[in-house]
Amino acid sequence: MKINDVILQTVTKIVVFIILTFGVELFLSGHNNPGGGFIGGLVLSSAFVLLYLVHDIETVHKGIPFDFKKIAALGAFLAVGTGIGSALFGKHFLTQAAGHFTLPVFGETELSTVLVFEAGVALTVVGVVVTIISTISEDV
Amino acid sequence: MTISLSIFIPFIAAIFVPFLYKRIQSRKIGWFVLLVPLMLFATLASFIPSIAKGETYSHTFRWIESAGIHFTTYLDGLSLIFGLLITGVGSLVILYSIYYLSERESLGRFYVYLLLFMGAMLGVVLSDNLMVLYVFWELTSISSFLLIAFWYHRKKSRYGAQKSMLITVSGGIAMLAGFIMLHTMTGTYSVREIVVTIGQYTDEPLFVFAMLLVLLGAFTKSAQFPFHIWLPDAMEAPTPVSAYLHSATMVKAGIYLVARFTPIFGGEMTWFYIVSSVGIFTLFWGSFNAVKQTDLKALLAYSTISQLGLVMSLFGLGSAALNEGHSANSIIYAQATFAALFHLINHSTFKGALFMVVGILDHELGTRDVRRLGGLMAFMPVTFSIALIGSFSMAGLPPFNGFLSKEMFFESLVNARNLELFDVGTMGTIFLIVAWLASVFTFVYSMIIVFQTFFGEFQPERIEKPSREAPFGMLVAPSILAILVIGIFFFPNSIGNYLLRPAMAAVYPTLAGAEGLTPQIVAWHGFNSPALLMTIGVIILGAVLYKFYRYWRGIYTIAPMTWNLDAAFNANLILLEKASHFFTRLYMKGYLKDYLVYIFSFFIVVVGGAILYTGSYTFDFSNDAPITANEYLIVLAMVVAGLSMLFAKSRMTAIILNGVLGYSIAFFFVVFRAPDLALTQAVVETVTTALFLLCFYFLPDWKKERSPIRTKLLNGLIAFAAGTIVTVLALTVQGNKMFESISVYFEDSYQLAGGKNIVNTILGDFRAFDTMLEVVVLFIAGIGVFTLIKLKTRKEGQDFEDQ
Repeated sequence: MKINDVILQTVTKIVVFIILTFGVELFLSGHNNPGGGFIGGLVLSSAFVLLYLVHDIETVHKGIPFDFKKIAALGAFLAVGTGIGSALFGKHFLTQAAGHFTLPVFGETELSTVLVFEAGVALTVVGVVVTIISTISEDV
Repeated sequence: MTISLSIFIPFIAAIFVPFLYKRIQSRKIGWFVLLVPLMLFATLASFIPSIAKGETYSHTFRWIESAGIHFTTYLDGLSLIFGLLITGVGSLVILYSIYYLSERESLGRFYVYLLLFMGAMLGVVLSDNLMVLYVFWELTSISSFLLIAFWYHRKKSRYGAQKSMLITVSGGIAMLAGFIMLHTMTGTYSVREIVVTIGQYTDEPLFVFAMLLVLLGAFTKSAQFPFHIWLPDAMEAPTPVSAYLHSATMVKAGIYLVARFTPIFGGEMTWFYIVSSVGIFTLFWGSFNAVKQTDLKALLAYSTISQLGLVMSLFGLGSAALNEGHSANSIIYAQATFAALFHLINHSTFKGALFMVVGILDHELGTRDVRRLGGLMAFMPVTFSIALIGSFSMAGLPPFNGFLSKEMFFESLVNARNLELFDVGTMGTIFLIVAWLASVFTFVYSMIIVFQTFFGEFQPERIEKPSREAPFGMLVAPSILAILVIGIFFFPNSIGNYLLRPAMAAVYPTLAGAEGLTPQIVAWHGFNSPALLMTIGVIILGAVLYKFYRYWRGIYTIAPMTWNLDAAFNANLILLEKASHFFTRLYMKGYLKDYLVYIFSFFIVVVGGAILYTGSYTFDFSNDAPITANEYLIVLAMVVAGLSMLFAKSRMTAIILNGVLGYSIAFFFVVFRAPDLALTQAVVETVTTALFLLCFYFLPDWKKERSPIRTKLLNGLIAFAAGTIVTVLALTVQGNKMFESISVYFEDSYQLAGGKNIVNTILGDFRAFDTMLEVVVLFIAGIGVFTLIKLKTRKEGQDFEDQ
């Protein structure tokens, strides 16, 4: 599927970054506001889907040389890993911990292991969605 | 803590083996793997002195509180014996494999499976929680499956792997049911707690069933009659695997289970009779059938079956001691268990050595057929010595350890005859005779191993490779075992004091510390000991039978001997396949349309039935908010889109209309102030629409449906009914509150989970287990799609399984 639409391609180049930023923002705001790992992941993957639709697969793969299967695996590993991590500290499986830290740029920030867990969710979603769409579309 | 970790170390090592194997593609990788069991053996061995003093160690990772499942490890004398066997024989087997397997084999895979097995087996013997034990139990079956099918291009390997898997796993599931019954009765999964409280539950109806089911698990795993048929077929595995899994460790898991459960079920008549008679019969049947085998490995397989039966029967006889509590008789009956534990160790040494000898013969000569071997003593002196030591020990001759435990076996049988419990009377005599006959056959096949292989005429023309002694490396492991065989004979009491005494205390918690529970093992009992007379009888009759084997060989071809359990198993399997194929064909038509009809009809019957049955179809609109104009508009849009989908001419139109439905729902979420859901719904809709477009791109044009008007009417009716039920369901849920809503609980999410977004605190904290598993499922689904598409058979291509 190759679409040769200059306007769409030009718009996409900008829009993709907006979508990606939005995805990250959603992911980070999930703790106290609407958002979260699942939605963030979906938005991120929709950016990739848009790229696939506008450009062809080879071009996108050249630009983003990730193996999305591995990203999905990394995500699943992180999600399960946080669970096991808490067990290693003698807590119940999947107990999440949080703390307040003062970071150089962000000032006082709350960091918690839920972030890692949600990152796992997001990565799995991105990885799986992109893997499925790219494998099906490659299979012509 | 150390013990809990020791279960995980093999698993962790297994993760690293493939990476290592990428770097070092040679047999040297075995040396790295060897470190794992050696280290574990040393760790476990360091516990011997304190365990011998009567200490036990346990450690608990709290896990699933609500289900009573915790990762509890428990090290006592019994698990220590098994742990040492697993790691000790494991080290020797890996050392042997380094030289046995050639570099062309996929060694990485082999060692991964082996480590997987080792970890699982340690898990079985060190777990105190029944559920955890069960998981490890099945994991040993799976790793055994993988190892038997290691040469998966051979049809027989695949058959043997499947057979062992089917039999042991179905036994395992029976055992799981037994565990759950125990839990229902006692309310705990911890073996130690059950042992303490079981006394008050022996009259419950579930008690006997739990016992039978647990025994089923133990018998299938330990290849007891009639489940023994998988073990000879499992011999398709590489010989180190047979030596390790199918003689020294995995098949003893069933025996471990029986020993572990003796304090729970022992002292019951059912347990006593089932365990001892199944054991005795297996002992006889195995040794009787071993004699007729011509393949040395098959001979050893049957001999293993028979020896497992021997140990099993001893545990059965020993369980009688728990019936009476503290008394002089109890101590005497408990000697059977002592003999069982002792023979367990001895069997692992001599049988391990024998398997390795057969492996050497196979490796050096290219055959293990007894009829083609002969006169090898001159060429392979070391191998011959090891075989001689192993076989004579198996036959129960001095000065080898088998003699000691065999004598104790006979003594226990003689004692059992005087048992005043359970109306033993004639049964005891029958046991004695059958066991003695079995020992005669054991003697015969032990002689076959030694004399037909190493004595007699050398037949170079029937052997594929020139005969020479095996390389040094291959001889090390069996030599160590052979030295142990002799060493244990001369110093049996060091084993008795340090290993068997704490193990006896574990099997008989009520008798622990009693005088004479662990006797001094002596080789010489005087001329008038019945055991010695029985041994002499075995030797005389065995020698006669061996000499005149060809005259009585015919016995194997007369009627009852040709009834074949294997054939019955295969016929059963084919029948099962045919029946399931028949039933599946009845409803799996291959049309999506039919499946939708099934799904919706089921839904209508179950949900509609439930609504009618509970009578909850009264609606209550009093609390509902008024419907606003824009809500009417969205609904109208949805109705129009839904109806037009029915009349759409192309797939593209239908997909887009479907998208309209999805986005309208997102609008609803916005109207109802659920931004999370609205966002999710909108993005999901976008991605799925893209996915649909992609998939439908490959489908042919949408043809007009041509089906009889009756089918169309029926389908319409089903669609209508499904829609009605969903509507009714939604209204009912709003109107009838059968119990208080739990949503209040999540309202103080900031205190409980430190997040202000309730939806996400539920996803990431309150119900994080669900989310985690969903993520894993999603990942598996993605990999599934990938493999289905990438690895599917190309046109005129070869199926991957056939290569």
